[in-house]
Amino acid sequence: MSEASAPATANPVEYIQHHLTNWCIGCDPVTHKPAALIDFNAFFVDTWLVGALLALLMMVVAWKVGRNVDPDKPSGMQNLIEFVVEFVNQQIEDIFPDRNNKWIGPVAITIFVWVFLMNAMDLIPVDLLPWLATLVTGDPHHTYLKVVPTTNLDTTFALALFVFGMVVYYNIKTRGVVGYIKTFLFHPFGKWLMPVNIAMTAIEEIAKPVSLALRLFGNMFAGELLFLLIALLSFSIWAMPGQVILGGMWAIFHILVITLQAFIFMLLTIVYLSLAVTDEH
Amino acid sequence: MNVTATLIGQMLTFAVLIWFIKAFLWEPILNALEDRKKRIAEGLAAAERGMHEQELAQQRAKEELHEAKKQAAEIIAQAQKRSAEIVDEAKQAAVEEAERIKTAAQAEIEQEINRAREQLRAEVAAIALAGAEKILEREIDASAHKKVLDELAAQI
Repeated sequence: MSEASAPATANPVEYIQHHLTNWCIGCDPVTHKPAALIDFNAFFVDTWLVGALLALLMMVVAWKVGRNVDPDKPSGMQNLIEFVVEFVNQQIEDIFPDRNNKWIGPVAITIFVWVFLMNAMDLIPVDLLPWLATLVTGDPHHTYLKVVPTTNLDTTFALALFVFGMVVYYNIKTRGVVGYIKTFLFHPFGKWLMPVNIAMTAIEEIAKPVSLALRLFGNMFAGELLFLLIALLSFSIWAMPGQVILGGMWAIFHILVITLQAFIFMLLTIVYLSLAVTDEH
Repeated sequence: MNVTATLIGQMLTFAVLIWFIKAFLWEPILNALEDRKKRIAEGLAAAERGMHEQELAQQRAKEELHEAKKQAAEIIAQAQKRSAEIVDEAKQAAVEEAERIKTAAQAEIEQEINRAREQLRAEVAAIALAGAEKILEREIDASAHKKVLDELAAQI
């Protein structure tokens, strides 16, 4: 219990590790980590809960605005949403060849806004929500809360695999099962280099979701880590101005990063799906 | 940095969210935008039409004004002509009337002259008779020489 009175920054490694540990159900009770790299017995409550709450927020806003859309006098929230919708729709019109696809638009805007909101959790001071959680549980050492869902591979891979599933679906829809298998066999070097073709195309296809997931995860994880490192500057009253200035600067820069990463995820999704619905190989 | 059951949870959230956004946001907003685009296009077309119509109306008004001016000029010209005619007619009438009055006056003068002559004749006859009476005194019988005297008076 003597540790409890010491400032959190007295042990930087523990401080950071504590912040990087999820609120987990089904994890190892000692390490608070899943047993293996892929462990479907574990469930990160914080990641899912924050994601779901942000999704709920989006649904409430969408419901409120979408229920009484006024084409003549757009106001307030409707203006903002119209701007985002037009922006996303513009990207789709520029890239996506199939004008009649009903799903690409909702998928793209959902990715953009949801990822943006989840990324934006990064801008909440790193200790604020864990501190509030501690107030509820009363136990600072065993309360784990990792707020940003996109600093977790689960979220980024969930999105990326969903997109991958759509890519496969549209590939098969456009070319048929046989046609899709043929792209693996005869692309890109023709029928005489079939084994190479299979390897190349498989890598190409799998690289899509993996790069999507890892890019977002890497950017957000690094961003959060930097926030944590800056937060460590509170070890002394003399370092506090440095913490405020660095934290402020990084937060301002990070606004760009979170927007850009959400945009890139959306844009690549549109690109991958447009490749899937274009029948030329 | 692990992959856990959260993956499935996030996927479900994502799927529900996509469906919800599609049903309650994307489609209504896109419809509204489409609607607005159409309305704006219609409004602009109507404005264009209105402007065109106004131009036509102005043209027509100009033509009508021109026509009216022409008609007015014509009417004025006719009126002037008519007034000149009236003046001419009046002059003619005046001349004729003057002629008539003159003729009547001459006729009256003629009558007057005749009457005066008649009177004079009568008076001359009487004077001559009286003179002859004075000269001849009783030698002349008025009735015996009346015929001669009348002839004399007629010659005057």
